[in-house]
Amino acid sequence: MILTTFKRIARGGFVNFWRNGFLSFAAVVVITLSLSAFGGLIFASAFGNSLLADVKDKVDINVYFTLSAQESDILALQKEIKALPEVSSVDYVSSAQALTDFQTKWQNNALIMQGLQEVGNNPFPAALNIKAKEPGQYGNIANFLTSKNPQDSNGTPIIDKVNYQENKLIIDRLTAIIPTVEQVGGFIALIFVLVAIIIVWNTIRLIIYTARDEIAVMKLVGASNIYVRGPFVVSGIMYGIVSALITLILMAVFAYWSDAVVLKLAGVDVASNFSLIVNVLSAYFVHNFGEIFVLIIGSGIALGGVSSYVAARKYLKV
Amino acid sequence: MIYYDKVSKVYADNSVALDQVSFGVEPKEFVTIVGHSGAGKTTLMKLLIAEDYPTGGSVFLESTNVHNLNKKEMSKLRRRIGTVFQDYRLIPNKTIYENIAFAMEAAGRTDAEIAADVPHVLELVDLSKKIWNFPRELSGGERQRVAIARAIVTQPDIIIADEPTGNLDPTNTYEIVRILKKINEMGTTVLLTTHNRGVVDAVGGRVITMENGRIIRDDKNGKYIL
Repeated sequence: MILTTFKRIARGGFVNFWRNGFLSFAAVVVITLSLSAFGGLIFASAFGNSLLADVKDKVDINVYFTLSAQESDILALQKEIKALPEVSSVDYVSSAQALTDFQTKWQNNALIMQGLQEVGNNPFPAALNIKAKEPGQYGNIANFLTSKNPQDSNGTPIIDKVNYQENKLIIDRLTAIIPTVEQVGGFIALIFVLVAIIIVWNTIRLIIYTARDEIAVMKLVGASNIYVRGPFVVSGIMYGIVSALITLILMAVFAYWSDAVVLKLAGVDVASNFSLIVNVLSAYFVHNFGEIFVLIIGSGIALGGVSSYVAARKYLKV
Repeated sequence: MIYYDKVSKVYADNSVALDQVSFGVEPKEFVTIVGHSGAGKTTLMKLLIAEDYPTGGSVFLESTNVHNLNKKEMSKLRRRIGTVFQDYRLIPNKTIYENIAFAMEAAGRTDAEIAADVPHVLELVDLSKKIWNFPRELSGGERQRVAIARAIVTQPDIIIADEPTGNLDPTNTYEIVRILKKINEMGTTVLLTTHNRGVVDAVGGRVITMENGRIIRDDKNGKYIL
């Protein structure tokens, strides 16, 4: 009997969805818009996080060594720095490597290349590029380097310069801005979600309001609450599923379209220098499709189903 | 079988719909309740199916006070009473078959029973050819016959018909009365409200006359005196 009841409720929901064509269309449009706003937030969050990660990644401090510093001393210092809990990575760039990088970069500029030749010896010092796990941790690393003050066997300091002070301003600003950006983003997301829920809830409530006489009749012929409310909940879930599928298609289209637009606006050469920004949405969509699918479909079902369940309750008191 | 015990109903705007009304209805009886608009006829019907609550007194079906039931018991009670409304109250997006089947589904009947009984009851009200139509495609008289079919398909103990002929022409009115009498002859208790003298004359039997929320006459042999 339970199976029969479930089958009848499901059939009633499908029939309602199909026969109330205009109302179903209106509900699907509203839920699709709300879920699209939700999808937009997912994309905005992904893009924002990628952008922040990119900016964080571009911040580092460089330790330049004296030209007389021995590679073994530098590598020993690199090992010590790597062991610090704040440090994400330490890359050693030797003096020869620095020269090669410079030559590669400016190989087409005859004036610069001529100037380099006139200098004669390799003027580039060896360096360590240090990246912290969080921007706020660079101060601690700089303090470590100052207090450590490594020296060679003759007692001469091997560090020529640490560019922390030059980068300090941007590091401090990032440290202050990033949490604020994340908090404001979260707050805006919350507002969007609330607005979406309220709009969907009101739409569903309006649809069920138009069926209030029908609900009363069902009750008066002796139908139980579950039997009256069930088909409305099934219809609500169907609105949610159909809307979610449309939203996923729109998100896929937007992800690939936006990538093409960024490439077109930035130009392929420029875009290739910002590989983290270009393709971020399509890549994010593909890599996280499972989670996005569950999130959007789940939100659609919850929005449609729960709204219908709650909205119908008011008219069951017959 | 049915007993109204000193039932009163005063609405929020202080209008008195029923004032200390008491009467009983025996099984298999056909009772016609007559009165002008606002006499309290519809309120009497609503109280029996607990669509509304009295402000005084009690309504009993057998020994059960119908207003002391929980939701589940209320649904069960309503399945024992088939209701026919003046405005038909069919479900607009269901076919005639589905409208009638819904009452059987609500009563927990099997698909086989529904498939057998719905066509049969539609034959009884002479609407077999409209089985797959929607209510909007039917005339007023046809819709009322569907409402009667829905009310009787579960073979309830009682049929209450609240002004079922109020919106119908004389031909359809006679047809509805004929069907209700036939149902009563088959053993179902019928409570009918009307302000149509022709209906009262056609039905005969017991007539309760109401005025301003009170019973002013209760005649065993139907007469319309107003």
